[in-house]
Amino acid sequence: MLGALIIVFREVIEAGLIVGIVLAVTKGLAGSRLAIAVGVLAGVVGASLVAAFAGAIGEALAGVGQEVFNALILFIAVVMLTWHNVWMASHGRELAADVKRVGEAVRSGSQSIFALGVVCAVAVMREGSEVALFMYGLLAAGGSTTTELMIGSLLGLAAGVAVTALTYLGLVAIPQRRLFAVTTALISLLAAGLAAQAVLFLQQAGILTMLSQTAWDTSAVLSDTSLFGRVLHTLVGYSDQPSVLQVVAYCATLAVIVVLTKTVGSRRAAAVKARRAAAG
Amino acid sequence: MMAGQRFSFFAGALALGLYAQSFDAPAQDVTKVSVTLKDHKFSPAEPTVPAGKPIVIEVSNLDSTPSEFESKTLRVEKAVPAGGKISVQVRPLTSGRYRFFDDYHEDTTEGFLVVK
Repeated sequence: MLGALIIVFREVIEAGLIVGIVLAVTKGLAGSRLAIAVGVLAGVVGASLVAAFAGAIGEALAGVGQEVFNALILFIAVVMLTWHNVWMASHGRELAADVKRVGEAVRSGSQSIFALGVVCAVAVMREGSEVALFMYGLLAAGGSTTTELMIGSLLGLAAGVAVTALTYLGLVAIPQRRLFAVTTALISLLAAGLAAQAVLFLQQAGILTMLSQTAWDTSAVLSDTSLFGRVLHTLVGYSDQPSVLQVVAYCATLAVIVVLTKTVGSRRAAAVKARRAAAG
Repeated sequence: MMAGQRFSFFAGALALGLYAQSFDAPAQDVTKVSVTLKDHKFSPAEPTVPAGKPIVIEVSNLDSTPSEFESKTLRVEKAVPAGGKISVQVRPLTSGRYRFFDDYHEDTTEGFLVVK
């Protein structure tokens, strides 16, 4: 039972952390709770479908369907997280600076909430599909230990939900003024880490073959399969034996997000300033 | 617009990179190694492959339960449905022993890729 609990918990940590972060980021935004709930539900349904059709997905695209699928949904998450950060950089400031524009900002805000709902959905779908596959296996195996293993799995899932709650409570305890900076940084690092994971899948599929050497090996210092390693893996993309290409993808994604956020953010700030000057 | 252009440039460069990779990959001699999974045991448990050459590992799951073929050092992680067969690409390796396992039964189901 403990074994099943640990296996399931290990898989759901990542999705749990991501949903917790998204909950904290969108705290107080109208409609965000519904978007996240729908996202998580869609993710659970998607995960069950992915697990049920694991065979067909695996055989698709000359046997690399699983990798391409995983890489694709990770890239979707990266794009959505980037979009959110850029949106926050431009409208978060405007929202505070110019009350008249709030109506418009809230409308585009719902797009940003949608983006984060999608992030929850793909995070739950990716991690959840492995849990679903594992649980299908338990059911298929049958036998007297099945019930016990299922209980273990469900407890593992519950522990994952607890991670979500802890992440959320930990983040919202941060003073509102600093929360924005913290979540912006968190989401940037999260996105970079997911991009590096996506690259790993494309390398495993043999689609990307360059820069496959190991950049460093810190598995003896901090294994990314340990609990702390797993948390760091999700939060900042830590990997104990990344390929050089993964490191490149990580840095490139981070650079793109920072550049986009800064450019859009400062341009918006200038526009708001100009409007205020014209009005005043 | 400037930022948007920069982003599409990045996406374009990435797509181009993918394109170039998939078509210009040199026809290297790839070592293929097959492993079967039965009663939660790998067979052979210690396949041997030459160093310095790209490797393809084929995993056939003869059990009635799904498994996840995983290796930290080989950097692979792939679900193998019950009765299914998958293959993963592994970069050219230096000699050594590389552990792989079934993520769903890590305690009992492991093997080593021996690179010489």
